[in-house]
Amino acid sequence: MSSREDILGRVRAGLQRDATNAAAGRAEMAAALSSRSHGPKPAMDSNPQALLERFRVKSEQQSSTVEIVAAESAVPAAVERYLTAMKLPKSAVAWPSLAGLDWAGTGLQVEPRGARDADLVGITGCFCAVAETGTLMMCSSPDTPAAVSLLPETHIAVVQASRILPYMEDAWALARKELGSLPRAVNFISGPSRTGDIEQTIVLGAHGPYRVHLIIVAG
Amino acid sequence: MEIKSMQFKANAAGSLANVVLQGNLKNAKGKFVTRRAEAIKDLDDFEGTRDAAEAIRNKVIDNMDLWLEAFERKALDTGAKVLWAKDGAEVCRLVTEIARSHGVTKVTKSKSMLSEEAGLNQALEAAGIQPVETDLGEYILQVDNNEPPSHIIAPAVHKSLDDVADLFHKVHGTPRKTEIPALTREAREVLRGHFLSAEMGLSGGNFLVAETGSVALVTNEGNGRMVTTMPKVHVVITGIEKVIPTLEDLSTLMRLLPRSATGQPISNYFSILTGVKKPEEHDGPEHLYFILVDSGRADVVGGDFHAMLRCIRCGACMNHCPVYQTIGGHAYGWVYPGPMGSVLTPLYAGMENSIDLPHAATLCNQCGIVCPVKIPLPDLLRKLREKQTERGLRPLTERIGLRLWAWVAQRPRLYALGASVGARYLKWLAGDTDRIRLLPTAPEWTLGRDFPAPQGKTFRELYAARRNATPPT
Repeated sequence: MSSREDILGRVRAGLQRDATNAAAGRAEMAAALSSRSHGPKPAMDSNPQALLERFRVKSEQQSSTVEIVAAESAVPAAVERYLTAMKLPKSAVAWPSLAGLDWAGTGLQVEPRGARDADLVGITGCFCAVAETGTLMMCSSPDTPAAVSLLPETHIAVVQASRILPYMEDAWALARKELGSLPRAVNFISGPSRTGDIEQTIVLGAHGPYRVHLIIVAG
Repeated sequence: MEIKSMQFKANAAGSLANVVLQGNLKNAKGKFVTRRAEAIKDLDDFEGTRDAAEAIRNKVIDNMDLWLEAFERKALDTGAKVLWAKDGAEVCRLVTEIARSHGVTKVTKSKSMLSEEAGLNQALEAAGIQPVETDLGEYILQVDNNEPPSHIIAPAVHKSLDDVADLFHKVHGTPRKTEIPALTREAREVLRGHFLSAEMGLSGGNFLVAETGSVALVTNEGNGRMVTTMPKVHVVITGIEKVIPTLEDLSTLMRLLPRSATGQPISNYFSILTGVKKPEEHDGPEHLYFILVDSGRADVVGGDFHAMLRCIRCGACMNHCPVYQTIGGHAYGWVYPGPMGSVLTPLYAGMENSIDLPHAATLCNQCGIVCPVKIPLPDLLRKLREKQTERGLRPLTERIGLRLWAWVAQRPRLYALGASVGARYLKWLAGDTDRIRLLPTAPEWTLGRDFPAPQGKTFRELYAARRNATPPT
């Protein structure tokens, strides 16, 4: 007998599986999968201004920094200001989906491609953001490679205010609507990577970015 | 992992006598507790969320065969391969075979307790494949002669900054650093090279999502993302109880897991991985394997300990356990310490190999109160004690003693006489004081505390005397 059959056989024996309870179990399973019921969620004011404010506050609690700009065209200048203020290099890798922004015009050297170990700054967008916890939702694709938000020491993310949603549940609904099925990697990111493994003291920059800077496009 | 739970008493005594460990435990004590208490305040309906989480987990474990088949179908649809392992030996064999078939020489690992159960690192090393632990805590333990973890969330919680400073100085041959950020940076630099050169990444799985055939990983350091993004092969090892129905259920459980574990509203990274990389994609594994592991779980289904399968491995029970806080995780002698470990070890590694564990609890129910999926841990510990008695696993002296007591207790006059002699003996033993400092019949009892001395007469004697003194009106 294969291990699969052996394991499933013992599970079925434990549940005293028979035709009747199997039918009932299948019906319960179908109901769970189609109802997609939600658990209790913390109350939230869902008008756009309140969502943006909550997202900003929660992001800062996760040690991200936040700047709000009026339009997408202002993003490259905001990136340049941040890199200057932080004394960081003016070259970066960016998601190919952001290739259309005028990076060169602000004196930045931005290469739209996947990330390499030597990249010090990574610029990404995000699929959407979650106000409840100050979290970015990243969906991988050829134009939005996952490692850009992971390998570089600095991660800068562009967030459209119109895509800040109240809860993670709303993010799933949006993904089903716009993408159909899940991409290979969905990464929810809430601030810079961290560890507390030595004396439970939180240190930022474990294996991923040391700092995460969010540029929210309000327009 | 070799089980050392039979030496629990000796291990615990050793832990209590270890001054360094006691200092580290004292330093750690309460940090998780305070942070969790703060974090659950942002949930308006924390109890309702616990109820919902319990229901989600019950839904799956009550029909586990059907959910496993559903998950398997979806995972296969996404291009993953699904393998099944009865025990740790089979896990080791399957992982080694996968590694060989892809010409793998190095495996980067994100934390997996199942890999500890299976003793996977030793098996890989024996096959000439280098396993590299990449969670900072696990890495510290691996380079310290493969020391076992002492906590499921913070594996190196028993170590101090000084311990780690000495260790890295010795192992890396670098100048001794004394700041935690510098030590973390040093580990980052060593491990970055491994992330980029390993051909295979191995992770556990916090949840398997039946709706999408995905694995969900909860991490803070980013190492979980590294091992599932950079190598060409990704192997997921999870227990068969980890399936949940939908992505919405994942959101509900995520309101509880990081809060219960480390007191975070959400972990830094929460990754939901589905299938393999498309040819035009820049990163991600080309091959994805799920190994669904039994190792004792299937036999728990439908039995007295069924509720234990709800466990989502947050560690809140051990963080709040007075016994764990005092002796640390190593004393428990196997992979899982604390109250959840005292239930799981007898079930997965054998009741006869862990006789003391169900007794290593005060039954104060702190663990039951904080459990995010409402597992009645004290009830399960009590049930294990019953099983030990049923199976005749208790020591001979205890069995004879209890039988003797039962015989006496069924003979009221004899019982009264015994109680009366006993009470007077104890009073005599106390002398002029109101307490007994050493009980000759049970010296362990008075090792750490005094025994209050009886006043001389038994309850029944006092009761009889009072009834005679005050006639009914």
